[in-house]
Amino acid sequence: MAEAGILSLIDGIAERLKTKLRNRNIPDPAMIGIHSGGVWVAQRLHERLGLSEPLGELDISFYRDDFTRIGMNPQVRPSTIPFEVDDRHIVLVDDVLQTGRTIRAALNEIFDYGRPASVVLVTLLERSGRELPIEADVAGLSPPLQAHEQVKLNGPDPLELIIVEKPLTTPES
Amino acid sequence: MPFASLQLDDQGNLRHFLTIEGLGRDLLTRILDTAESFAGVTDRSVKKVPLLRGRVIANLFFETSTRTRTTFELAAKRLSADVLNLNISTSATAKGETLLDTLRNLEAMHVDMFVVRHADSGAAHFIAAHADPGVSVVNAGDGGHAHPTQAMLDVFTIRRAKGELTPLKVAIVGDILHSRVARSQIAALNTLGVSEVRVVAPRTLLPKDARSLGVHVFSDLEAGIRDVDVVIMLRLQRERMRGALLPSEHEYFQLYGLTDERLEAAKPDAIVMHPGPINRGVEMDSLVADGPRSVILQQVSHGIAIRMAVMSMAMQASGGENP
Repeated sequence: MAEAGILSLIDGIAERLKTKLRNRNIPDPAMIGIHSGGVWVAQRLHERLGLSEPLGELDISFYRDDFTRIGMNPQVRPSTIPFEVDDRHIVLVDDVLQTGRTIRAALNEIFDYGRPASVVLVTLLERSGRELPIEADVAGLSPPLQAHEQVKLNGPDPLELIIVEKPLTTPES
Repeated sequence: MPFASLQLDDQGNLRHFLTIEGLGRDLLTRILDTAESFAGVTDRSVKKVPLLRGRVIANLFFETSTRTRTTFELAAKRLSADVLNLNISTSATAKGETLLDTLRNLEAMHVDMFVVRHADSGAAHFIAAHADPGVSVVNAGDGGHAHPTQAMLDVFTIRRAKGELTPLKVAIVGDILHSRVARSQIAALNTLGVSEVRVVAPRTLLPKDARSLGVHVFSDLEAGIRDVDVVIMLRLQRERMRGALLPSEHEYFQLYGLTDERLEAAKPDAIVMHPGPINRGVEMDSLVADGPRSVILQQVSHGIAIRMAVMSMAMQASGGENP
């Protein structure tokens, strides 16, 4: 999928997210994107929602549950959350929700910054393969995919969604 | 076995961290980048990450140290590892136990990593060569040989203050002869492509092979620091001095002590560093040590982030072998 399609997906997500936040009576949430794809999606969502707080960015490498198996990620970027997490309503954004392990790691990291009032999960895509009880509150697309197919968001400019054939062993998201 | 091959696994990842020599620019840069990510952990309400949860790290200090040992301990704790502090000089070896026996006993307690400081050059290498395959060793200073985490935290401090490393001129001043810190700094700065590394010292405190280290040698302080971006002062290692290498500390300060006046020879935005502990009035004037160009206390804070990076990167290889 090319950039135009992805942007219209993000437009749709933004509208549904606004409704969801209105229903929950959350006027001004803060937003956090997960590196790398989640940050790219979050940057566009953040703009569309016109949020007052700057965007937070998480690299969950230090919170992964497979460190003992695969070791340190060779390319870690600093996590930056430029607002107080305590008592904030937070919109957490990632590109693809599959196993749920990345989200588990991200939630753990967020809680080391403080105790948020609530967390809403938004993903560009959700797909089969869940290994933890984690679901997206708003997802742009739920494509039917085979277990050996992996979706990958390339970016940041332009954004592009591609499907790659992958062995079953190490699902990333 | 040479240090380099012992330090890296088949994929070129860090397995032990014993010396800067033999490590490439990419790996050193990766250590600096990883430390950059760890530096932010200090600003959060929970100042630790769960990366090394359940791992045991033993600080084996055969030689006394406050700064290095505490920052290693703090780094290990911020990675959620369990830490054993063994002050060996007052422990088993004093009762005649050999180094290998001490090592075997600690391995039997399922220690995953040894952080070693020892007065003999090659001690960390010896332990790495004899340790279990799943155990990693980090050198926290061995004799006159190497102190690689100190060199990396110094480079990290320079990079944070100056940005790009390659155009810089760096002068290392003082007791080069006895300094494992200087040796590691020179190796790190050269590997990372710093344009000019100088050493400034009286002839009696220079190693005979100084030029072969890839440095410009100066014996006059003001000439040596002229137009440099970074001045690194070394501690005068009184405990390592044998014989009359110096007339007196007073005279040393007259010739090599850094004062605000002398510092004018360096670039106006030059930073001043010191690995600590400072002998005030011997290597440098208090006005310089506490002055606006001093980054000495930042070096201490950066030591924690660098040690977190090195420990987590070296730990991976052992984890990879025992899934």
